[in-house]
Amino acid sequence: MAGVRLDKPWQDLTAEAVGRLAGELGVYHLGDTEGRMLRIGYAGGRTLFGLRSELAAALARGEAARFRTEVTAQYLSRYEELLMVHVADHGRLPPGNAADGRRRLGRLSPG
Amino acid sequence: MDFDMTHEQSLIVEQVRRFVREEIVPLEAKLDPDASRLEPEDQARLVSMTRAMGLYGLGIPPEFGGPDIDIVTQTLIAMETSQHRAGLYSPCFGAFGGAGLAQLYEANDDQKDRYLYPVLRGEKRGFFGLTEPSGGSDPARAIRTKAVRDGDDWVITGSKIFISGADVADFGIVFARTDADKGRGGVTCFIIDADTPGFHVRRVVHTLRSGHYGTELQFEGARVPHANVLGEVNRGFAIANDRLTRQRIPYAAGCIGVAIRAQEMSIEYAKQRETFGATLSTRQAIQWMVVDNDIDIRTARWATLAAACKAQRSEPFRAEAAMAKLLASEGASRVVDRAIQIHGGYGVTKDFPLERWYREMRIRRIGEGPSEVQRIVMARELFNQALY
Repeated sequence: MAGVRLDKPWQDLTAEAVGRLAGELGVYHLGDTEGRMLRIGYAGGRTLFGLRSELAAALARGEAARFRTEVTAQYLSRYEELLMVHVADHGRLPPGNAADGRRRLGRLSPG
Repeated sequence: MDFDMTHEQSLIVEQVRRFVREEIVPLEAKLDPDASRLEPEDQARLVSMTRAMGLYGLGIPPEFGGPDIDIVTQTLIAMETSQHRAGLYSPCFGAFGGAGLAQLYEANDDQKDRYLYPVLRGEKRGFFGLTEPSGGSDPARAIRTKAVRDGDDWVITGSKIFISGADVADFGIVFARTDADKGRGGVTCFIIDADTPGFHVRRVVHTLRSGHYGTELQFEGARVPHANVLGEVNRGFAIANDRLTRQRIPYAAGCIGVAIRAQEMSIEYAKQRETFGATLSTRQAIQWMVVDNDIDIRTARWATLAAACKAQRSEPFRAEAAMAKLLASEGASRVVDRAIQIHGGYGVTKDFPLERWYREMRIRRIGEGPSEVQRIVMARELFNQALY
C-alpha cells in the first residue's frame, strides 16, 4: 500500500528539471523555497504531455520554486486524497487550491 | 411477455436520450476524461432541467416527493442515463437525483425527520457501510464490526472498507454484529453521525476508477444512541439484503446503457474505417463481433426488464434481479472489450470513452455481489422450488 502522503524530496522547478519529466499522468506538489506547499495539482488525460506540460506551465507562470511528482493512473482520486491529507495535517487547503473549496472536500483522519 | 414500450415510455426515453446527447456529452468534452462530477453551476442547471422534465428524484417514492414513475420505466431511463463517458458510475452526473438511502424510508418518524428529509432536501448526505475487510459477499458471516449495548447507547468497534462517500457524508448507515451466535440474525443496522467521536475515515482506497474512490472506515468505541437503531435489533440483515436485491436492476440497466453506446460507436466506426481497401463493416470478423454484441445486449436487456416487471408487480424477483445483474455486467464487459478491438489502438486511448468503460465495467462484475454470488442466489431459488 502506497503512503498517503507525497513526501518525496523537493526538486528545484527549473526548465532542465521539467524537461526531464516523462509525459505521464499523475499528481504534483508545488512549493516555495522553504518547502511550504503552494498548490497541489494533477496532470490529467487532457494534458498534452502530462506532468511535463503541467510543470512547464507552472514554471512559465513563476508559480513556485520547487516541485515533486508522483506518476499514477488514479490521478483524480489521488489528487483528492492529497488535498484531504493536507487539510488533515494543516487545517486548510494550500493557497493555490482555494478554488477547490467550492465543492465539498472529504474528511480524512489518516492517523 | 411484451417488452414493447408504451407511447408514454417512448416519449420519456426519447426525452432522456436527447438530454444525454445534447446536455451531458458536450459538457463532458470539456472535462477530464476520468471526471465524475461537474462544476456546481453546471450541476444546478442540469438539475433544474430534470425537475422541469418531472424526472428529478427517480427512485424516491411519490409519497416522499419523487415522480410517480414505475420501475420498468425507471429501468428504461437508467439504460439511457449511462450512455456517456462517466455514465456507468455517474449517470448524467446525478442530474436525475438519486433515491437517497432507500433504507431510510423504513425509518421511524424521528429518524426520518433527522436524516431522510434532510437528504431529500439536499441538506445532508449519507453513506452505506456494509462491506468489511473480512468480506462483502457474505455479510451475514463477514460482519465483524460489533456493537455492544451500554445504557442508552451502543458502542461500535470495527472497520469497513470500499465505502463510497463516507468522507463527504454527514451520517452513515452501518451494519454491526450485536449477537455473535446468531449469524444473519445477529446483525443490527445503525445510523451514525459522521462527527461522532471514535468514527474515522482512515484512508482512500484507490481502484481502477480514478474519479471515484472508496474509503476505509474505523470505529473506535463510537457511541450511537439506541434511538439510531434502524429497524429492529438483530434484524439488520434483512435491511441490507433488500437493498442489495433492489439495487441490482438499475445496476444492470447502467451496464446495458454503456453496452448500447459502445455498440453504436463500433458500428459507426466500422462503417468508416477502411483496411486493405474496404471498410471494417464488410469483414466477417467484425460483423460477428457486432452480432455477438447485439446478442449480449438483447439478452441482458430482456432479463433486466423481466426482473423489473416482476418487481413492478410486487412479485418475488430476487433470482431475476441476480440473473439480470450477472448477464448485464458480464455481457456488457464483453461488448466493451469487442468495441475496443474494433477501434484498434484508438480504443485504448483516452480520446474515446471505451478505455474508461473497460476499467469500470470490470468492477461491475464484482460490485453489488460478484457473478458467483448471483449464481448462488439463483441456485437457491432453483433448488427450493419447482423448475419453471
